[in-house]
Formats: sequence, structure tokens, C-alpha cells
Amino acid sequence: MTRLSNAFPKDRAALVCFVTAGDPNAAATPAILDALVTGGADVIELGMPFTDPMADGPAIQAANLRSLGAGTTTADILTIARDFRARHPNVPLVLMGYANPMLRRGATWFANAARDAGVDGVICVDTPPEEDAALGPALRASGVDLIRLATPTTDGARLPTVLGGASGFLYYVSVAGITGKQQAAQTSIEEAVARLKAATDLPVAVGFGVRTPEQAEAIARVADGVVVGSAIVELIGKHGADAPGAITPYIQSLSAAVRAARKESK
Amino acid sequence: MTTPNSFRAQPDESGHFGDFGGRYVAETLMPLILDLEREYRAAKADPAFQAEFDELLEHYVGRPSPLYFAPRLTEALDGAQIWLKREELNHTGAHKINNCIGQILLAIRMGKTRIIAETGAGQHGVATATVCARFGIPCVIYMGAKDVERQQPNVFRMKLLGAEVIPVTSGAKTLKDAMNEALRDWVANVHDTFYIIGTAAGPHPYPELVRDFQSVIGTEARAQMLARTGRLPDLLIAAVGGGSNAIGLFHPFLDDAGVAMIGVEAAGHGIASGQHAASLTGGAPGVLHGNKTYLLQDDDGQITEAHSISAGLDYPGIGPEHSWLHEIGRVRYLPITDSEALEAFQLCCRTEGIIPALESAHALAALPKVAKNYGKDAMILVNVSGRGDKDIFTVAEALGVEI
Repeated sequence: MTRLSNAFPKDRAALVCFVTAGDPNAAATPAILDALVTGGADVIELGMPFTDPMADGPAIQAANLRSLGAGTTTADILTIARDFRARHPNVPLVLMGYANPMLRRGATWFANAARDAGVDGVICVDTPPEEDAALGPALRASGVDLIRLATPTTDGARLPTVLGGASGFLYYVSVAGITGKQQAAQTSIEEAVARLKAATDLPVAVGFGVRTPEQAEAIARVADGVVVGSAIVELIGKHGADAPGAITPYIQSLSAAVRAARKESK
Repeated sequence: MTTPNSFRAQPDESGHFGDFGGRYVAETLMPLILDLEREYRAAKADPAFQAEFDELLEHYVGRPSPLYFAPRLTEALDGAQIWLKREELNHTGAHKINNCIGQILLAIRMGKTRIIAETGAGQHGVATATVCARFGIPCVIYMGAKDVERQQPNVFRMKLLGAEVIPVTSGAKTLKDAMNEALRDWVANVHDTFYIIGTAAGPHPYPELVRDFQSVIGTEARAQMLARTGRLPDLLIAAVGGGSNAIGLFHPFLDDAGVAMIGVEAAGHGIASGQHAASLTGGAPGVLHGNKTYLLQDDDGQITEAHSISAGLDYPGIGPEHSWLHEIGRVRYLPITDSEALEAFQLCCRTEGIIPALESAHALAALPKVAKNYGKDAMILVNVSGRGDKDIFTVAEALGVEI
């Protein structure tokens, strides 16, 4: 069992929380990550800022710009990860971002640097299975999980392609669209999760557009994980370096909802 | 490096040109990209599709475009004979329309009912809005807010043609951000929307299909040259932003060993200034907008801003086939500065009575550097990819003239 697979217990869904590294600046990120953990996050997704985040909506685009505007570098992100690992030996950490910053110094360099910083998994938004050779082999050689995305457009014929070489967990992007915009109907999420879970033993985490404890609770009834990103990033946009004070109670409300989800239904 | 049997056999089945190209898109788009590829293969094999494309190019676009011997430009440069491929005489004033005709026919074939496109200077936006008007399909054009300000006449043209123009305020508010926004729209509207990409870049199969639609330029030019002179030109020159007019001219000649080729990159204020758009000369391989190719970027892989006096060349990347042709050495890529392009712009106006687009002026600006290396019997063919009416305000400003 790895840190990542341990984070998805059998009896409840895990809460997966995304923030952009270096937003509002690299010095502020550690306290923000700590606030996520204190609030009850089970898995941390640390976004690697990119100048051209074409899969992201306005909230995360703005976070990318704030981070890059503050001068965040790849070295800073790795330092943030390494320090997080030292403070939180048991909380899994996933890097999420776009191919170009990951591949700039070579896939092997990146995979080894991620492993050495204590990173458990990587999500590369714009590297589908068809381009696996660009990053997948290097991650597997370094023992870092490659987390794949499935979407409403990933049909049954394509699903095995997505699952081949996937590890850690499967991230179900519940809407065809960009981050933070709208949430999918609960029934479509339930159908999709059932379909995915029939095809894989990997935990299935559902994200895109999840903001309220009610939404998180509904998803937590059927999925192994609930991903929340834009709503947290918006708090950082609003409060800047003071965001931890707002983040902890918000995450607590989500965490309580996720933990309660399957108790009521029993 | 081993030399391939043919330079015209790319990309491979997975959409790679050597190490470049590919399909670096979000999972949501992958099924659509695979659909598009299947549909394009079927269309390519369908004589009816080709016939409709040819018919529209002839009667709507006005093809074939002339091949013109430029006597006074030849005399002024005092070297090889200069021949011009007159793409600026196409309907809408540039080569862009060739590709838009092809892609809208594909969109219709796929049953898509809504078109989106990105545009920088507005030329591709105008060409897209034009074909959408011709076929009665709603059309949304994404354009950087900065470009909207700089290119008001083209914004108005697009609106006259019935398109909705959406100013993009994210990122640097220029072409690459317009492309990001178009991709965001596409990912949210995959069921009914076709994305008409304006250059030979983006995820496979776009670089291939845009090249194929633009290859009408080179196919015509090759036949015209043979008919007029009995032989092939010694050198081809074309400007390269994304590189669709250049690959369209070059591709049919790639296996003609005696034909040399120069792709001209925009060097802006000079490569050393850092303010340029020369991805091959001043960039490094990376991944952006669906493909692996040479990009302007920093040490961490963040994309840097391009600069060129020519809005059509002002993009921090280049089509993947050019990256491949550069690496294998089949095409030489030459940087040309803003001021060299301005000189060539004026020279072409005065000697031939042709106002070239600033993009095409970059190609013409290579001539003073190379024409004298060839004898008087040699022939150089330059692609005049667009007309320069749209650029007169920019040129006036650069020359310090008030109009």
C-alpha cells in the first residue's frame, strides 16, 4: 500500500483539495497547505502554475497568473513539496499541471525531482494516454503514480486506453468543460462512477465544479474521493496570504460532509 | 541522422513529425480529435469532398492564383529571377481562406452546427467568418483584447460577416490567449462545435489537414513553373508564423532535391533583443496548444511573449512539421527583423505595384540576402501570402507618417 492508496479508505470518501503552488506567493503556500490538512483534507493536489492553463476556468487562471507574477519557479514548487513532506509525512501530495513545465528539463529529471521531493503522484492535464511516452515511463521508473483523467466523453471503447498505465487513483472530470464553472447533475455522476468502478480497482475521485458541502456529500455517497479546487482558490484570491483563516473552516465543512455521507444512508 | 525515403510521408500514424507534433490535449477533447481524424481520412478518400473543395476554390476563392515574374524587383536585386505566387489575390486577401474552405466542409460533413476560431491580426478570423457566412453556420471568433484594439477594421469586417467576436482578457490578451480561450470553449461544447484552427499547428490531425488544404499553393506553383519555364525553381521562400502558407508552398516540392527552401521567421527587434517571434532560432522544443514543437519559453517552461511588427507572425510557437524540417535540415529558417521587413515592404510596393502583407514582406526581405548568391538564370519563388492593405496603419506608424 502506498501513501496515496491508503488515503482512500473503504468506509468513506476521501477529500482531495487543490491549490496552485505559489499563490499568492511561494512563501504563503506552506501555511495554506497546512490549513487544508488541519481542515481535514485527505489528499493535496498542488497545482504547478503555467502561463497557458487552457483547461482551467477564470479562478484557477487567475491563481496561475498571481503565482507567476510573484515569481514562482519550478524549484520553488519542489521546495514547497519537500517541506510539506517533512511536516506531513503521511498526507499524500500530487502535482497537477501542464506538460511543458513538467517536461522542460526532461521527463526523467522531473520524475526524479518529484520523487525526491516526496511527491506521490502526478496529473498532467494535456498529456492523454496517446502521448504516454512523453512522461509515463519516467514516472513509473521513479515510482511516482501517473493519475489519469476520465471525462464524460470517455466512452466504454476508450476507457481501457485511459486505464492502461494509470495508477494512484482515477480522476473523473464530471463535466465536459473547464474547471470551476458548473457542476454535473448528480445522476450523471452516479452513472459515470458506477461505469468507471466496474472497469477498474483504482479509487475514483470526482471533481470539477464541486463547491458546497451538500454537493460534496452527494458525491461522497458514490465515489471514493471528492475533489475541490476552484472554490478554495477563490478564497485565496480574496484573502491572499491571510487565506488560511478562511480555508480551515471551509475545508472542515466539506470534510464533515464527506465523512457523514455514507453514515446517513446506512 | 538518416535521411528518410520521402520528406512527404509525415506525420506517422500517431501524428508525429519525427519527435514533434502529437496530440497533447485534455482527455475531454481526445475522442473528438480521434473522430476528426477518422472523418478526415474518409473525406480525403472521397472524390466528392475533393470536388466540392476544388469547385469552391475555383469559383469562390478565385484560384488558381497567378504565378508572376517580377521584372523590376529582379532588376533591383540584381541576382536570380524573382517569381511571386500571388496568394494575396485570393478572396479575403490571403492564403487563409484555402484552409477555411477545407475545414468548414469537414465540419459540415461531421454534422457540427457551430464554428469557433482564434485570430491574431484578424485575417484568419475574417476568413473563418467568411466561410461561415457562405454556409450559414453561426461563428464565434476569439481575439485577444489587445488585438481587438489594434485591429478594429478586421473586427468590424468579422461582425459584418455575421460573426460574434469575443475579446479575450486572460493572460497576455493576444493570439496565444485567444487560442487558449477557443480551446476552453471547445472543451465545453464538444458535442456541436468545430474548431477551425488557422495555422498548421495544434493537435493531430490539424497540422496535417491544414497543410493538405494549403498544399494547393505549392501544387499550383509547381505546375505553373513547369508550364511557364519548363523547370522547377531553385529556391522557395515563405514567411513562417505558425507556418501554414510556408508548408503549403513547400510540401509539394519537398522531394525535389534541387529545390532549396527558406522559411522566414520574424526576428522583431532582433534575436539578441529577446523581442522576437523566432521560435526555431530563439526557442526550444516544448508542448503548447496540443503539439510538441519549438516554443519561446523560459527555463521553467513558461511561455514568453512573442514580438513582431507583423501581427500574423506574432506567436510564440511554430507548426510541428517546420520543427521537423528544421531539425533534419531540409528547410533553412532565417530570421528577419521588423526593419528589414519594412524595407522589403516598400521595395515591393515601388518596384512591382504590389502592397504585400507585412507577413509576406518578411519573406521578401530574405531576397536581398540570397538573390545575389544565385546566377541570373536561377529562379527564386516567393509566396506573397497576403495583401498589405490591412497593414498600412502599422507601416505608417513605423515610418513616422501620420495618416
